[in-house]
Amino acid sequence: MAKKFRSKKAVERTTNGVIYVILVVISVIWLIPFVFLVLQSLRGEPGATTNYFFPKQWTFDNYIRLFKNEGVSSSTGEVVSTGSYNFLNWYGRTLLISVCVTVIQTVIVLVTSYALSRLRFKMRKPLMNLMLILGMFPGFMSMTAMYFLLQLLGLTQNMSIVGLILVYVGSSCMGYYICKGFFDTIPKSLDEAARIDGASRHTVFFKIILPLSKPIIIYTILTAFMAPWGEYMFASLIANGDPSYWNVAVGLRDMIQREQLTAYSDSFQRFCAAAVVVSLPITILFFLLQRYYVEGVTGGSVKG
Amino acid sequence: MEKTQKRVVTEIEYLGMSGWEKFCHNFVSFFQKLPAVFLRFFTVTIPALALRFWNAFSGIFKKLWIALKNGDWKTRVSFVIMGFGQLARGQIMRGLFYLVFEILFILFMALFGAGQLALFGGPGYTETTAGGWVVGPDGVEHLVPQAVGDNSLLILLYGILTMFFIIAFAYAWYCNIKAAYSAQEMKEAGQALPTAKDDIHSFADGQYHKTLLAIPLLGLVIFTIFPIIFMVFVAFTNYDMEHMPPAHLFQWNGFTNFQAVFGGSLSGGTQFGAVFGSILLWTVIWAFFATFTNYILGMVVAIMINKKGIKLKKLWRTVLIMTVAVPQFVSLLLMSQMLGDYGIINSLLQKWGIISAPIKFLTDGIGAKVTIIVVNIWIGIPYTMLMVSGILMNIPADLYESARIDGAGAFRQYFKITLPYVLHVTTPYLISNFVGNLNNFGVIYLLTGGGPVMTAVGTGGAGETDLLITWLYKLIMDKKTYGVASVISILMFLITAIISLVTYNRSASVKNEEDFM
Repeated sequence: MAKKFRSKKAVERTTNGVIYVILVVISVIWLIPFVFLVLQSLRGEPGATTNYFFPKQWTFDNYIRLFKNEGVSSSTGEVVSTGSYNFLNWYGRTLLISVCVTVIQTVIVLVTSYALSRLRFKMRKPLMNLMLILGMFPGFMSMTAMYFLLQLLGLTQNMSIVGLILVYVGSSCMGYYICKGFFDTIPKSLDEAARIDGASRHTVFFKIILPLSKPIIIYTILTAFMAPWGEYMFASLIANGDPSYWNVAVGLRDMIQREQLTAYSDSFQRFCAAAVVVSLPITILFFLLQRYYVEGVTGGSVKG
Repeated sequence: MEKTQKRVVTEIEYLGMSGWEKFCHNFVSFFQKLPAVFLRFFTVTIPALALRFWNAFSGIFKKLWIALKNGDWKTRVSFVIMGFGQLARGQIMRGLFYLVFEILFILFMALFGAGQLALFGGPGYTETTAGGWVVGPDGVEHLVPQAVGDNSLLILLYGILTMFFIIAFAYAWYCNIKAAYSAQEMKEAGQALPTAKDDIHSFADGQYHKTLLAIPLLGLVIFTIFPIIFMVFVAFTNYDMEHMPPAHLFQWNGFTNFQAVFGGSLSGGTQFGAVFGSILLWTVIWAFFATFTNYILGMVVAIMINKKGIKLKKLWRTVLIMTVAVPQFVSLLLMSQMLGDYGIINSLLQKWGIISAPIKFLTDGIGAKVTIIVVNIWIGIPYTMLMVSGILMNIPADLYESARIDGAGAFRQYFKITLPYVLHVTTPYLISNFVGNLNNFGVIYLLTGGGPVMTAVGTGGAGETDLLITWLYKLIMDKKTYGVASVISILMFLITAIISLVTYNRSASVKNEEDFM
């Protein structure tokens, strides 16, 4: 008996050992690209690629050039202005869009979720089915029509910030799913008690449900804030090819798409610097609010 | 003997099977049932829906008829002058609201809407002609002014908008009559009519849903429903590079675009049928692998991290979450650079002498497909890991306890307890993830841009790794074949809609929505 017990323990130890090895390997795989990104952003040597991992000269020049809106010419190797390929402009535009989208989308999602979770009206079920079906339509197709619509309203190119905000926010009520799932778990007896005391549904929403919903509100804010940063399709469509109206995703893709593999080009290093500048605040924000994100993801899936 | 070919497995037989046989049985019977499910969808679900619509529709007319028959003169005047019934009964605010709406609508139609609808048949009839010197019939050159013709695109847009207004008006008209008649009934019964103050109050309570949903639904109509309807209309036109407003008109062309997608070819020699088939196949393969590799591997990772006795749980989780925390486009662009023919991975491998020529991660058809799926695993595992970790903690520990007492090993426990439990809870997530992957623009476009380009003739620039959605993007941005693109998007919609409706309706967690309350 004792022997068997010990062997079981040995088996346990070897499995744990194997698992540790796997986890370490996975962690390395997951981290290497990001380490590489940071290292490349600090690389002093010119050229798009190197055949070594660690830079030989360390420098902050890539960041400085990025913020001074300069770049190394891919043909002559001189530092020249990058003109309308202005990273700070892209960054500012994306940040502005992101903040506006966050505010509007959070309100819309909360309001829709409350209505669908707590209020009972005739069109509730049909409405939910409708949104389910609409969600399956390829978003891009509706975007071309929307492009014509925005063009009509004069909201492309130099008004594209407004246009993009409208586009991103426009159908955000369809993302009510996870938030409604959270509201569903708040006991209905709370509402009923308040209703008996004479509170209107409006009061119930603001005085009872919202104060209890901090996790899901933060989750909604976090996801709403992160989404516009990576949005490529519509941002490129609405800018219609003019770099002054891009967002960071379109701009950054162009930066590594355009880089010509010469010995001078610093496009890739500046891309890495830009990527670090874009990612850092978002990543920090994400890790600070990680708990809420996890709760949202888990809750959403469990509830279905 | 032939009768026994379709063998029905009884419950006892099923219980007697080994795990592998059970799996095979379920697998086969799933596909055997599939036609029946589809059949049910078309013979039961759709007719039932149609019947419900018909009932709702005829109900409206019945109510209108009753209001006309039993209404007094105030109610009857409301049929023509909206809000009259309310105004005559002292509900000034409601009445004015309806009245102003009607006046605005009539003005809109008279000044604008009717004219646009009249041109809808073309859409637009007069071609724009360039001005310039033209030799007239008398042999002398005349200066012909440029004549601005109709803009098909605007006519189509305005026409659909007008239709929306008409529908909104019809609804308001119906509400107006219903309200006028119910006000009459209330007066006859001796009840007090709701005052303006009551009305405003009710929007914070009894009708609170209207207050809350007004703006979200307006957004939905303008930014989702309207564009969809617009694209459905465009699918029946020849809107493309050669028919580009405002310089040219485009026309209705019936089902020509549909024929082009299903085998024919259109101007420009692109064999849409063949390309569509191969891209559709890859789209489904991609969605399948992308969904299930992430799901299964993510679950395995979650189980490893959550296993009793593994330390530093928080560290492992934090490391993995990096791909969630860093904006996805950054990771994808970085990956596409690292995996390029001259990227760091190939350079390093060549320097170390492991390979002599660069591995074509992204520039070879098959290679690119594999790479995309692998990179997607790198991106996607953490999502599943996070989600499954939460669920794993909810599985009752005594289930495992009793399984261990019965002598079940780790694998048995996984397949008998963990997998079924997690699967049961996450089916809706799996479905939406699958549908999301069908339309996963980001991963494909940022990694390979859909490339490498297909080598066969007549593929019109479609790439080996193009999904329907990235192909669509190219058709619209580069080729501007809007008509065909609309057809493809309609087909995509039908495919995803049917897949998810069939599966959604069969998953339990949707049915038991109220269980949690």
